Amino acid sequence: MNQQKIEQVVEQVLRELTRKLEVSRMEEVRTEEVVPQRKEEDVIFFSEEKEMGVERPHHLQAIERAQQVTPARIGIGRAGTRLRTRSYLQFRIDHAAAQDAVMKDVSEELVESLGLPVLRTQAEDMATYLMDLDKGRKLSEKSVRWLSEHGEKKKNVQILVCDGLSSSAVEANIRDILPSLEQGLKLKNMSVARPLFVKRSRVWVQDHIASIVECDVVLSLIGERPGLATSESLSAYMVYRPGPHTVEADRTVISNIHKGGFPPVEAGAYLADLIGDIIQHEASGVSYMRKKNNQNS
Amino acid sequence: MKLSCVIKGSSYSFASVKDVLAKASEEKSGDQMARVAAQSSLERMAAKVVLSEFTLADVYENPVIPYEEDEVTRIIYDGINLSIYNEIKNWSIGELRNYILSHRTGSHELTRLGRGLTSEMIAAVAKLMSSMDLVMASQKIRPTAHCNTRIGEKGRLAFRCQPNHPTDDPEGILFSMKEGLSYGAGDAVIGINPNVDTVESVSRLLHMSHDFMMKWEIPTQNCVLAHITTQMQALEKGAPIALMFQSLAGTQKANDAFGVNKNMLDEALNMMMRHGTSAGPNVMYFETGQGSEVSLDADLDVDMQTLESRTYGYARQWKPFMVNNVSGFIGPETLYDGRQMIRADLEDLFMGKLHGLPMGIAPTYTNHMYADQNDQEIAGMLTALAGANFYMGVPGGDDVMLNYQDTSYHDDASLREILGLRPLLEFEKWLEKMGLMEDGRLTERAGDLSIFEEAR
Repeated sequence: MNQQKIEQVVEQVLRELTRKLEVSRMEEVRTEEVVPQRKEEDVIFFSEEKEMGVERPHHLQAIERAQQVTPARIGIGRAGTRLRTRSYLQFRIDHAAAQDAVMKDVSEELVESLGLPVLRTQAEDMATYLMDLDKGRKLSEKSVRWLSEHGEKKKNVQILVCDGLSSSAVEANIRDILPSLEQGLKLKNMSVARPLFVKRSRVWVQDHIASIVECDVVLSLIGERPGLATSESLSAYMVYRPGPHTVEADRTVISNIHKGGFPPVEAGAYLADLIGDIIQHEASGVSYMRKKNNQNS
Repeated sequence: MKLSCVIKGSSYSFASVKDVLAKASEEKSGDQMARVAAQSSLERMAAKVVLSEFTLADVYENPVIPYEEDEVTRIIYDGINLSIYNEIKNWSIGELRNYILSHRTGSHELTRLGRGLTSEMIAAVAKLMSSMDLVMASQKIRPTAHCNTRIGEKGRLAFRCQPNHPTDDPEGILFSMKEGLSYGAGDAVIGINPNVDTVESVSRLLHMSHDFMMKWEIPTQNCVLAHITTQMQALEKGAPIALMFQSLAGTQKANDAFGVNKNMLDEALNMMMRHGTSAGPNVMYFETGQGSEVSLDADLDVDMQTLESRTYGYARQWKPFMVNNVSGFIGPETLYDGRQMIRADLEDLFMGKLHGLPMGIAPTYTNHMYADQNDQEIAGMLTALAGANFYMGVPGGDDVMLNYQDTSYHDDASLREILGLRPLLEFEKWLEKMGLMEDGRLTERAGDLSIFEEAR
């Protein structure tokens, strides 16, 4: 083929592609207009249920039972060694939802309705928050000033509500966990500072805050990074009198607080007990476990 | 030792061996966050040039963290074979790379070489290697280890069955375990991450997994991945442990943050030799991954890859049965996207193997990272090609307790088929006995958790 002929072919192909693109755009526009009249049977409601994909199950009821007692993707069968189409698409959909959840902020209404003072870290936007750990671990200057003036000092417990990596986790659990936690602490006659909301924060911001309010135990309720099964999982991190020598192993952690995991109301009551125990042992994390086990044996 | 070079008419100078190592690293967000990374592509190349001309002795004499100040450095230096080191100390890092890749250098030579290298030397040479270099070199190194099964042999690929449940529900865990075993995953270990790290809860899971292994006569090992102190207490109280787990890092400061040190690991190994259930002699399981030190603010201005290499230098002291690399588990602040994750996996596999460790790779990604399933599968296939010894096996690739994605039971079976690899010998025989595998391929019966139910 000579050069000229090639150019002609290319031109023809390009014209054809442009025409197709225009037609498809027009169709798109038309589709949008048609939506209200679309009949329900034409719409795909993609199932969120796990597929029982095992071709000739040895014991069907066992698989059905298995799919009920765990959110894990089991009993889903296979296409050769690969996932079956429905399970594959479900997986990708859940990943897409989780990715979107990370970028979402906690709604202003929720923060307002909780009536908590809002503190900010040095992470001014989401990108900084995700890429620079230090920024999310320190309060902004303005918040430091506010806390120094208005924070309730020298209490037994300071509770923090932190959006962390999942605002959905805070939204889903905080109304249940906070009252049961506060109630539990009250029953134990512990003094509790007014809880604070800390926006775009990491766990270690609790050390900075504790250094200002001088509490015995600081507890962060923080949104975990969203998983595929849920983006509503909350963690509780506690540390007893953090200071310059505090290390990660000094923190006590309870994770997977959500309705499909550790239910938030129960978790609140459990945390109140745990905090009581931590204060009694004057230690948290691995050293708390060691003291507790020595006492038991 | 030369710390400056001229390339493309510009001159570049570096402060120290540590600085050169950091700047010669491939681009990674964690090194940028720590402000140790090269500022430009050419500066990165300049660092690679300077690095290529360091002798092994230059690196030996300039540990990135001083011997006196850091337990990890001490373990690395006290552990290397000086006779081998003295033979090669005048080689440059560039020569070391050529030697590793040479056709004349085989598995035996590399096994011996690794014993004479410090972790910084191994990190250094990996920084001069491309993806395909790393695959070719990794393929040649085949460290093996034995617990109840033998891991690392050529032609075999093992998996950890990871049947986690968000509330440690034994019934849920058991079902996921059965599912994994029915896909042929579990020859490396049946390893459960507990949500509740208490002695009682961990002991319960240890008994459950042990009893299941006994009942079905499964040749493998069980492990509950609690903190090492919790496992030691469980062992003391009579819980059956075949393999003891701990996460490790590449600086003493980071290991302090993990709540672990040499004495504790010595004691744990000693306890396992006295009270563990397995044949051994390799009874420890470690997890590592680029980025843990920087995310704990314990990196001491050393780059992530060098610290990861030091972690392997530390780990080899306790002759582990498995070292699992979980680079990608942390998030975009350490490894930004799929590309950085894949690179880290290849580096880590090579570095671990040259340390003589039976290495597995968990090509993981979190949901706040710019990576997806496609990246993960590429990393899985590449590292399997490079001769990784094992992978994790997570139901449907979705860990419902730890909230991240890892290789699935399906991926495990696929990796074996793609490369024609078999399960570990003892376990393959068991799969055949159970009618789940024939001639190295899954049978029709495989992939059905209900085969373990009593016939009705």
